[in-house]
Amino acid sequence: MRHIINLEVENHSGVLARIAGLFSARGFNIESLSVAHAEKEDVSRMTLAVRGDDAIIEQINKQLNKLIDVIRVIDITANYYVDRELVLVRVNCPPNKRGDIQQVNEIFGAKVVDISNKSMTMEMVGSEAKVDAFMETMRPFGIQEVARTGPIAMLREFKKKY
Amino acid sequence: MKNKMTGAEMILHALKKENVGAVFGYPGGAVLDIFDKLYGTDIQFYLTRHEQGAVHAADGYARASGQVGVCLATSGPGATNLVTGLATAHMDSVPIVAITGQVHTHLIGNDAFQEADVVGITRPVTKHNYLVKSVHELPIILKSAFYIARSGRPGPVVVDVPKDIQQQICPESYPDKVEIRSYKPTVKGHPQQIKKAAQMIAAANRPVIYAGGGVVASGASAELRELADTADIPVTTTLMGLGVYPETEAKALKMLGMHGTAYANYAVQECDLLIAIGARFDDRVTGKLDKFASKAKIIHIDIDPTSIQKNVKVDLPVVGDVKLVLAEINKVIEKKQNTDWIQTILTWKKEHPLQYNGGSSISPQYVIEQVEKVANRETIITTEVGQNQMWAAQFYKYTKPRTFLSSGGLGTMGYGFPAAIGAQVAHPDKLVVDIAGDGSIQMNIQELATAVLYHIPVKIIILNNQSLGMVRQWQGIFYDRRFSSSCLRRNINCPPHCDGSGDMCPKEYVPNFVKLAEAYGAAGYFADKTEEVTPTLEKAFNTPGPVIVEFKISEEENVYPMVPAGAPIDKMIKGMA
Ligand SMILES: Cc1ncc(C[n+]2csc(CCOP(=O)(O)OP(=O)(O)O)c2C)c(N)n1
Repeated sequence: MRHIINLEVENHSGVLARIAGLFSARGFNIESLSVAHAEKEDVSRMTLAVRGDDAIIEQINKQLNKLIDVIRVIDITANYYVDRELVLVRVNCPPNKRGDIQQVNEIFGAKVVDISNKSMTMEMVGSEAKVDAFMETMRPFGIQEVARTGPIAMLREFKKKY
Repeated sequence: MKNKMTGAEMILHALKKENVGAVFGYPGGAVLDIFDKLYGTDIQFYLTRHEQGAVHAADGYARASGQVGVCLATSGPGATNLVTGLATAHMDSVPIVAITGQVHTHLIGNDAFQEADVVGITRPVTKHNYLVKSVHELPIILKSAFYIARSGRPGPVVVDVPKDIQQQICPESYPDKVEIRSYKPTVKGHPQQIKKAAQMIAAANRPVIYAGGGVVASGASAELRELADTADIPVTTTLMGLGVYPETEAKALKMLGMHGTAYANYAVQECDLLIAIGARFDDRVTGKLDKFASKAKIIHIDIDPTSIQKNVKVDLPVVGDVKLVLAEINKVIEKKQNTDWIQTILTWKKEHPLQYNGGSSISPQYVIEQVEKVANRETIITTEVGQNQMWAAQFYKYTKPRTFLSSGGLGTMGYGFPAAIGAQVAHPDKLVVDIAGDGSIQMNIQELATAVLYHIPVKIIILNNQSLGMVRQWQGIFYDRRFSSSCLRRNINCPPHCDGSGDMCPKEYVPNFVKLAEAYGAAGYFADKTEEVTPTLEKAFNTPGPVIVEFKISEEENVYPMVPAGAPIDKMIKGMA
C-alpha cells in the first residue's frame, strides 16, 4: 500500500543524500519526494510517498527515524490529512480547441500559464486523485509534456472525515 | 583552559577530554597540522603500516575495552583505506571516531590533489559522519561524534576536517555535553512490555535465550546470567555474543546457526519461547527463516528499533538498553525450574557434541583446544575470517565478554591481527592471541612492524592449510570439488582444472612465515606434528614480543556442523562420513 510520510529534518547539506541513500541501499521504493524549508529556518520538511507492505513500511519508518539528522517521522496515512500535488501539463491545442480545453480547466480549477497556436499549458493543483482525473480528461487532446510534483501533505487539525 | 586553539589543537584537546587512551593512524598532507600538534605530546599515538591496520586496531581497542576507538588518516587514499574497517565496525556496532583530513575548503569539489568525497563514500558504512565546514562548529561536531559513537547502538563516526580549518583559530571551547534534538536513543524498556516479558518467561516450559553482541555492548552479562539462573533458561549466543554467558556452564549451548552446535540449533528449533537479546536474526543465524524457531513465541529485546521485526516477526518487542531491560525483568521474575527441558538439553549435549576426527596431520580443532589450555580466562582471542574463525568459536570455551573479537557481520579477512594489536594496547598485561588462516593473515601482515616496534606482544597462530579454507570447503561441498582459485599453492604451471589432488600439485608455498616473522624482528615457530602443538604454544606464549606460530594442517579439514545456506538450522551436515 502507498504511504505518505512527513519528515522534519535538520536543514543541513547532505540530509537529502542520507535519505536517498537509505532508500537505495535497502531497496525501498520511493514514488516521490519533495523538500523545502519549513516554518523554522533550520528545519526542512519532506514529504515522501512510498510503497510497500506493512513490514516494509514499518522498516521505512524506523530506518528514517534512526538517521541522526531526522527530527521527526510522521506516517500520516492512517490519519486525516490534506495532500496536494501540482502538475504542469502541455496539451495539443489548435485555436479551435481552446474553448473545449478551457471548459475542462474550469471544472478542475486549472489555470492557463502558456499558450501558442499549437498548444496550451496549464497548472493545476489538487489531491492526487483529482490530478489523475484532470490528466485523464486532458489525455484525448494529446498530452505533450507533464511535470508533476508528487504530493505534499499535512495533518488536519480538525479530525473528522470529509 | 586556553581558548585560542587552532582547529588541530582542538582535535587533540577533544581526544583528551574524551579520555582517549590511544590513537592509531597514518600521516599525510591533509593532516600535517594535526600531526604537528601531536609532536611531543603525551597522547599515545601508534603509527600503523596501513590505514586499514589503524582502523581495525581502533576497533580491537574499542571491543576489548568498551571505550571509543580512535583513528586518524589523511584525505583521499588515507580515508578510502579506512572504508573496510569502518564497514566492519558498523556491521558489528563498534564505537569508533575516525578523523580524516580533507583538502582546503575552497578546493572541495574541484578534484583537488588527494580529494575524495569522504562523507559520500562513508555514509552507508558509518553510524553518522560530518564534513566540518567552519572552525566554529568543530568542537560541537567532535563532541557529537563521540556521543553518537558510544551511545544507543554504538557505531563508527567519521569527522572529515579540511586542512584550512585545522589551521584556523577556534574561538569556541569544547562543550561538556551535547544535546542532539534529532537523536534520542530509547534506553529504558516500556514497563508494560517488561511485565509481559516476565509473564511469558514464567509461562514457558522450553525457553531459550539467544544472546548477541548487544549484550556485550551494554555490559549486561551479569544481568543475563541472573535471568538464565533464576528462570532456568539455557543460553545460546551468536558469534558476537560469545562469552556473555560462561560456556563452561551446563546450560551453555555455545553458538547457534550455520556453524553452531547441533544442540544449540535443536534447542532453538524445539523451544516454546525464544528470548532474543541484543541480537538481530542474521541469516547466518536463522537459516531458512520460516522454519526458524517455528514452535516458539519470540521476545526481542534490543536498543535498535530497526532490528525488531526486520527479519523475523516477533511476539513481544522490547526496545531499550539490554542491561536496563534485563535488570527490570529480573526484579519481577520468579525462581523456576524447567527440569524436563534442561534434561533434554543435557542429553542433546551428550549425544551431539562438537567433534573432529584426528588424522595424521595436526587437527586445527585440537590446536584451538590446546590454546585454551595454555592460555587463561583473561586471554583475548581475535580471529581472522574463514575456517579459523569458526574453529576458534567452536573449540574454545569463552567465559567472559570482550574476550573474543571477530568480524561477524562483514566477515573481514585481515581484521584479526590489527584488532589484536588494538586489544593488546587496551590491555597490555593480558595475553592476546590472533587465530589466523594463512590467507587472511597476509591481508594485514604489514602490521608486524607496528607490533614489533611498539612492543605489542600479540601471538599470531596461523592454521596453515595452504588454502582459502572456507572457500575450498564450499567448493568441495557445493561445487563438485572445482577448487577455483582457493589453493594458495596455485602457480603459473597449474592446469586450469584442479580438483585439489594429484601428483602435479606444486609443493612450493610462499611465504615462509617463520622467516617472515624474523624479517620483521618477531619470533617465528613452526610445527607439523600433533605432539609439538602444546610445547610450541607454551614456548610462544612465554616469548616476550610478537610471535608467529605456524601449524601446518590438512587442506581437507572442514568446519562441522554446517547448515547449508538457506536450510533450516536443524538440518545440519554433521561431518564427512
Ligand atoms: C576481505 C575478504 N575477502 C574475501 C573474503 C571471502 N572469504 C571468506 S573466508 C575466505 C578464506 C579465508 O582463508 P584463510 O584466511 O586461509 O582461512 P581458512 O578458511 O583457511 O581458515 C575468503 C576468501 C572475505 N571474507 N574477506
